[in-house]
Parts: sequence; C-alpha cells; structure tokens
Amino acid sequence: MIASAFFFKATLLFYLLGTTFFLLHLWGRERPGAAGSNAAADGRWSRLFAIGATAAGFLCHTAALATRIHAVGDVLFADRHEALSFVSWAMVLVFLCIEMRRRLHILGSFILPLAFLSLVSASALPNEVRNLNRTLKSTWLGVHTTLSLLGIVAFALAFVSGLMYLTQERLLKAKRFGPLYDKMPSLDLLDQWNAMAILTGFPLFTLGIIAGALWSQYAVGALWAIDDPKQILAIGVWLFYLMTLHGRVTIGWRAKRAARLAVAGFFGVMLIFLTLS
Amino acid sequence: MPAQRTPTQDDHKGCPYDQISMNVLLVGLNYRTAPVAIRERLAISEERLGEALYRLTADPAIEEGFILSTCNRVEVCAVARETTAGFAALQRFLLATAPNLPADQALPCLYFYMGGESLRHLLRVASGLDSLVIGEPQILGQVKEAFEAALRHKTTGILLNKVMRQTLSTAKRVRTETQIATHAVSISSAAVTLAKKIFGELQGRVALLIGAGEMAELAARHLVSQRIASLVITNRNYERAVDLAQALGGTPAPFEDLIARMVESDIVICSAGAPHYLIGVAEVARVVAARENRPIFFIDISVPRNIDPAINTLDNVFLYDIDDLKIAVEGNVRLREVEALKAEAIISEEAERLSRWLKSLDTVPMIVALRDRAEEIRSAEVEKALGKIGGLTPEQKAALDGVTTAIVNKLLHHPLTVLKAEAASANGNMILEAARRLFQLQEIPTPDGPGFLEADADIPDRRPPSRR
Repeated sequence: MIASAFFFKATLLFYLLGTTFFLLHLWGRERPGAAGSNAAADGRWSRLFAIGATAAGFLCHTAALATRIHAVGDVLFADRHEALSFVSWAMVLVFLCIEMRRRLHILGSFILPLAFLSLVSASALPNEVRNLNRTLKSTWLGVHTTLSLLGIVAFALAFVSGLMYLTQERLLKAKRFGPLYDKMPSLDLLDQWNAMAILTGFPLFTLGIIAGALWSQYAVGALWAIDDPKQILAIGVWLFYLMTLHGRVTIGWRAKRAARLAVAGFFGVMLIFLTLS
Repeated sequence: MPAQRTPTQDDHKGCPYDQISMNVLLVGLNYRTAPVAIRERLAISEERLGEALYRLTADPAIEEGFILSTCNRVEVCAVARETTAGFAALQRFLLATAPNLPADQALPCLYFYMGGESLRHLLRVASGLDSLVIGEPQILGQVKEAFEAALRHKTTGILLNKVMRQTLSTAKRVRTETQIATHAVSISSAAVTLAKKIFGELQGRVALLIGAGEMAELAARHLVSQRIASLVITNRNYERAVDLAQALGGTPAPFEDLIARMVESDIVICSAGAPHYLIGVAEVARVVAARENRPIFFIDISVPRNIDPAINTLDNVFLYDIDDLKIAVEGNVRLREVEALKAEAIISEEAERLSRWLKSLDTVPMIVALRDRAEEIRSAEVEKALGKIGGLTPEQKAALDGVTTAIVNKLLHHPLTVLKAEAASANGNMILEAARRLFQLQEIPTPDGPGFLEADADIPDRRPPSRR
C-alpha cells in the first residue's frame, strides 16, 4: 500500500503541473503551421512542460493503480476513490493517444484540469482496502463497474468536446481571434468527437447497467432497487444520452445543440459519483 | 585614396560620391509617393518594356539598366559612372515615359537612392517589405520577370546581374527564415481560413455565391482552390450568373431559388450590390431548420450590406461582413509587422554583403590590394630564401630585394595599366571582376576608407516627405 500511496501522490503532483502548464498554454501565443523555428517561445515551452508532466503523471498513475490492484487482489473500482482515480487515468490515456496521433495540444488544456479534479476528489475520499462482503464479490461487479466507468469516461470526453465547441463557437460569433481561437480545432471536428464519444460511451454504459442489474440479482436478489438514488440517477442519465443520440440521428440535434446536451449530460454523470457508496 | 577619376567634379565640389567609379542608382515612385493617376501614366507595360530598357541604356550616362513596373510602383535601377549625370538621365528617362505629364507634377513623386540605399531599397521591394500588404508574394515574381526581361534585352551587365540575383535570393531567404508570408492577410484568404475553422477541411463542402462582384469572385476562386464539392452562382441577372459559372467552373441558379440553394450550401458569399438586405432573419431561420442544425457560414462583402446582421444571433449561423474579415486579418497583419523587423535585419546583412562586393570592384582599392598581395608574397619568399642561404651581406640582401621587386613590378605593370585604363571603358566592370577573381582579391584592403557606399549620409536626398 505504501508504494501505491507514493505513486498516487506523485501522480497528483504531476497532474497539477500538467494542468498548470496546460492552462498557461491556453493563453500562450503560438501560431500553428509556422515554417520557421522561431515561433513564439512561450506557448511552446508551456506546452512541452505540460505534455512532459502529463506523461510522467500517467506513468505514476498506472503504477499506482497496478500496485493497488495487486494489493487488493482484483479489479473492482467499487468505491469512489478507485472509481474516480480510474476515470482520471482513462481520460489521460485517451488524451495521450490523441496527442500522439494528432498533436492537438489544446485538448490537454481541457482534459487535464478535469482529470486533475477527478483525482483530487479521489484523494479527498477515504482510501483503504475495504473488506467486501463475500456475497458482494463477484465477477459481475467487476464487469459492471469497469464498463460503467469506461462509459463515463466517454461521456467526459463528449463533455470536453462540447465545452470546446461552445467556447470556439462563442469566439467565432463574437469575432474574437485571440491565441485560444488560433489553437482550437474546427467546429466540425469537435462535433465529430462529440458524436463519436457518445456513440462509444452509450453502449458501454448500457452494458454496465445490465451487468449491474445481473450482479444485483445475484447478490441482493433483485434486479432493481427503487430506493437507491444511484440507480435512479443512472437510469436518468442513460435516458438522457439515449435521447441525445436519438435526436442526433433523427432530427438533427448536432453542432451547438449536441454540444450543449453533452455538457448538460455530464452534470448528471457527476451527480452519480456523489451518490456512490 | 585621392584618385579623382571623374572629369566633371565641378557640379558637386567635394561630394565624396564623385570619387566613386561605379554607382548603383535607383529612381522610382510607388503607391506611397504617387497617386494612381500619376502611377498609371509612368507605368511601363510589358509590351513597351523592351523599348524602354533600350531607351534607358542608350543614354551615355547609364551603363546598365533594369526596370520594374507594377500597378503599385515603377522602379528604375541603373549603374552609372557618374552619380549626378546618372540621376539626371534616370529622371529624363522617366519624364520621357509620360511626355504629357508636366514635370512639376511628376518630380515630387520620385525618390532617389544611390549606393547602399538603392541596394537596400531593391531588397526590401523584392521581399515585399515595401508593399501595400507587407509580405505579399506577387512582388517577388514581378521582380523576377522584370529581371528576366532585362536579361533578354541584355541591358544588365555584370553589376546588375549580381545585384539582381542577390536580390532574388535574399527575398527567398526572407520568406523561408521569417513568417512574413505565412498567415492570411487578404480578405478572401481570411474567409477561407474562417471557413476552415468552422468546417475543417473544405473538401466536399458546397458554396453559394450571390451576386457577381469582383470581390465575391475572388473569394469564390479561393474556395474553389480548396477543392470544394460544388459552387453554385446566382444573380438577379441570370446571364451574368451563367457567365461567371462558366469562368469559375460552377453551376448557375436562378435567383428565385435562393432559399432552396442556401439550404444545400455550407458557405454563402454575398456580394449582390443591392441597396437593402436581401437575406433576413426569417429566411435564415427557415434555412437552418431545414439544414437540421448544420452550421452555415455567411460572408457578406457587399457594401451596403445585403445580409441582415441580426442573423448572427441564430444558432449555427456565422455571419461575417467585410469589416469582420478585416479584423480577422488584423492580427496577422500585426504578426507580419513583427516578422518584418526580422526581415529588415536579413536585408541589412545582405545589402551590406552586396555593398562590400561592389566596393571590391572599385579600381583604386583593387590596385592597392593587388600591390599589397604581390609585395606580401615577394617579401615572404625573400625571407624564406634568406633563411636557406644565410650569411648575406647587406649589399647582397639589397640586390635580392631589388631583383625580386623588379620582377614583381614588371609582372604587375601591364595588368595595372590595363586596369587603370579600362576601368572607365565599357568593359570596365568585367575586367575589374576578372582581376578580382584571378588574384583572389576577396577582401577589401581599406574597409574604413572613404569608400563608396559610406557616402550615403551626404547624398542630397530627394525623398518626398510622405515616405516612411
């Protein structure tokens, strides 16, 4: 456990650094597509530091999760600390993958603060290896939590692309062409990300809920506990994203409306975390 | 260096540039010094360029000549043996270009540069630093064409050829080493950049052009070059739309179909020239609903505006008028100004290098350099010989010195005579350059001497006050 705690603290520190530099990067003036090597240096340096810190943090984070799983003995993510830490880890993983392929650094300025906040919330929660009731322990619980959390990560990415869409849309409408405007990808790309994220997240979340129901049947004897606010919220969130997807396909809820829906939906997702046991 | 080789020094007594054997002079006018009414009369069209080049170099005061004439400037650059006569010849040449233009109207528009200043000016012009839009790329091509024309008509010689080649390579260096030409500063390229911020790549997008104005056509051409899927052109005068569609490779559409066409289009460029709004909020709201929230980008370059500015408040509608586009390029214009400072540094460096080369062609320092070099070799060899033989009496040493000096002087006598005599002839520059190369006289022996380009500060400058 000591190793895990150490890695966890190192991760926090690195993500704090990454977040700080990525936020600085928001304001750093840097022109894309410059031929010369003498592009404004401030933007570039904050960016390099930010990516370096994020990558280092990700390695520590992986180590922290691995040592913890090793100590606990299974992959559960059943308490809020583990769940939030996993969500944060997966978001950074996705960011690093996109960063490597597309070099869209500005994405980090939006994802990293979210991943950092998620990890800070995790660190504020009790972090001890709990002793789950034997009856509660089952493969279905692991499947349920993992799938649901992956779905939530996808919703978080939809939230980030929605937020970026609304920001850039506002800049375009207000005709303000600052450093942030320069660095943002096109509205079309952000809308595509939004669609892709929800299209990926929704099936995962659905399967997660089904696995949860099955586990509940096995452990508690009922598919569904009507008095559990977490379950009610989860169903509400599920319905919301179903509506979002349906609206996009049938009546053209895309672009700005889709961005707003993705942002709104994520607040529901965050509420789920508040109700987690 | 007291060699006064110019016979007519009475005109400008004591002016140091009269000591110069060759000078690069430049007389010209541009959009800052002359209104278009004068520029267009002094402009030399492509067909008349050959004749003009001959007329320029036919003047006995002019050795080599080069003319650059664009819609924004006329620059006449020449090599003259004598500065005063050279300037007078250039002025005469320009006035003769527009015989009906009174001299008192034309003369205040002209600027006069010589030596290092003229080189610097040429480099700045070719690099786009002197252009209306800083860093614009066309000027480099125009300079290149002008130089090729001069080469074709054989009016440039060894000096101007070197100067022009250096000018072209400097302009290229400025473009690769600074970001002076990187970002959009024209209205139509700004429209394309904005469209890319909304739609990403423009391949597969549909554009609609309303009206057939020149600006709209320019913007449409930019879009077509981005490989958009199709361009629809509509105009109240349908025939005009058909013509323009043919020219741009688009499809014409009747003006009544405007709303239906807008529904299909991602980018709408409006330059209709109507006295009132053609497109209002109600129409666009319907279009957006029919497009199922797909963003649509309106560019209104008509003055007065033809699209109600209130449509910008509708979701997924982006409206830019001509002023907005100007704001969009303003940041880039500022960036170019910053980059221009870097470019000026490069130009100073290159102009300095050119000046040094020109200076190395000056006869007197060349003769001094040649003598120095020979003397250097001679004395070194004598020293070596003395070291080997050893034990010579002072008389013997003096004899050795005398013999070697005589050999060197005999050997150099004829080359130096020819250099002195021919420097002023028509082939002078070639002979000077040949001597410089044969004897490897790269370095100028007296860089701080009262040479030829340092005299710039004393030039009676006739630059108009409006020039920056």
